[in-house]
Amino acid sequence: MNPEHDYGTFESDQRIVAHSRYFAGLMGSYFFVRLRDEQKIVGARCEKCNKVFWPPRSTCGRCFSVLSLENLTEIGPLGTLETFTIVKYREPVHPRKAPFVYGIIKLDGADTSMVHFVDGVDFQKLAPGMRLRPVFANKRNGNILDIDHFEPLDSY
Amino acid sequence: MSERVAIVGVAQTVFSPKRPDVNYAELAYEAISLVLESTGLSVEADIDNAVSCSHDIWDGQTISNIGITDVIGGHLRNEEKLAMDGSTAVYYATIGILSGEFDCTLALAHTKMSQTNRNIVNNTAFDPIYSRLLGLDFTSAAALQAQRFMSRYNISEKQIAEVVIKNLANATRNPWVHNKGFYTLDQALDSPVISSPIRKMDIAPDSDGAVAIVMASEKKALKVTDKPVWIKGVGACYDAHYLGDRDLSECYALRSAAEQAYRMAEIDHPRDEIDLVELGDEFSYQELLWLEGLGICGSGEAADLTCRGFTSFDGALPVNPSGGLLAGVPTNVAGLNRVAEAALQIRGEAGDRQVGDVRIAVAQGHSGFCGQHQCVIVLGRE
Ligand SMILES: [Zn+2]
Repeated sequence: MNPEHDYGTFESDQRIVAHSRYFAGLMGSYFFVRLRDEQKIVGARCEKCNKVFWPPRSTCGRCFSVLSLENLTEIGPLGTLETFTIVKYREPVHPRKAPFVYGIIKLDGADTSMVHFVDGVDFQKLAPGMRLRPVFANKRNGNILDIDHFEPLDSY
Repeated sequence: MSERVAIVGVAQTVFSPKRPDVNYAELAYEAISLVLESTGLSVEADIDNAVSCSHDIWDGQTISNIGITDVIGGHLRNEEKLAMDGSTAVYYATIGILSGEFDCTLALAHTKMSQTNRNIVNNTAFDPIYSRLLGLDFTSAAALQAQRFMSRYNISEKQIAEVVIKNLANATRNPWVHNKGFYTLDQALDSPVISSPIRKMDIAPDSDGAVAIVMASEKKALKVTDKPVWIKGVGACYDAHYLGDRDLSECYALRSAAEQAYRMAEIDHPRDEIDLVELGDEFSYQELLWLEGLGICGSGEAADLTCRGFTSFDGALPVNPSGGLLAGVPTNVAGLNRVAEAALQIRGEAGDRQVGDVRIAVAQGHSGFCGQHQCVIVLGRE
């Protein structure tokens, strides 16, 4: 060790990069193909619980019933805003620049809700109970951003 | 089989925004060496199990406990890691000792949040199919919960700010934390909005640090210390993953975890029987929501309780006299620090933040966004 030299505190500067292809599953595959090709939104009904779940799933987490393609049912497209936040910070993982709004939206005919963007709304007028409709992306790739955002049903 | 389990030693590092002088194993060793020194125990002769809590992406490698095997005594010995909040280390250490399999367990939690970007790390906690591409992280998810909670129960931003003011003032008594001070309501409400209704001061800041606790069977504990802190009850419970599957203004998982822990501890009236609560205020509104989940008051009542001073340092039931997570305690370490603070209070060794005579204390930790997994530990002097 050279006493004259500053050995300091060294950090190893790195980045983790992985290109991943996550299988959407039986119900998810159907959901995304219908969303991409037909602009329809589906959920899964558990007959035993009499609940319609979004996202559609192959097992009811409440009663453990196995759900399959015949349990899929169209939901929405209109929905009701349950809660929201106006995001003011920026991160590279955000698909749009802040400020923007996330909402939790219960689609008509579903018992569980979806998180998505709410655009085209005066921030001051955001309120639970607001009725929303989905706006689908022009170019759809088979992912959740095929719904580009939700917007108020009434003009604000 | 051991009838009872006790905490026999507690040690913490100083929590600071960045510790560039140590890697995570060196940081963990600071806490481990302190707890061994204070108990007079040795890894070779006394510790027969180790449980640690940390986060792979923050540590920078998967199965990241392989980075601490040497310092935790895991080399050619038994050691387990949970990618969860530190409270779960106490939960599993307790179960291991009660089973009779182990006699003396080292519980550890460590994280260097300074090593990477918390929002990007936490974005990977969201399922990749339906949620992650939206760019969600724990702060924006918490904001959705805070808005829902506040609007359902008509809770004001001022009431939430009272939690910030209380905890940061409490933190001035705590030499281990870095985010502290005496703030006015106006100062708290002037803090910039990050994701409405959450402001910068509502968020537990990034921190580096570690906590180590030694737990033992009754027989072993009484040989090690004359001030054992008994684990009176434990409980844990998961809620659904998807935000849209849950009622975010409620915390059923915490209610269930608390019920389990109280049943084991024979606590019937938590508000009257508990002397102190240390809970995971990763975001300020959570202190109110978790108090309701812990059965300290009814749904929507914790804001008034807080504003009346019930949970203040000198109040009837002090909550987070240490300053809580808002004072600057790393994620994952959070819950083990809650248990450590509760144990120090029961031992009467909490220094300037000692609230008086504490016989029964409750520590709460949570993992995942909006408190998906909840863990409750009841500690007692007898
Ligand atoms: Zn069902």
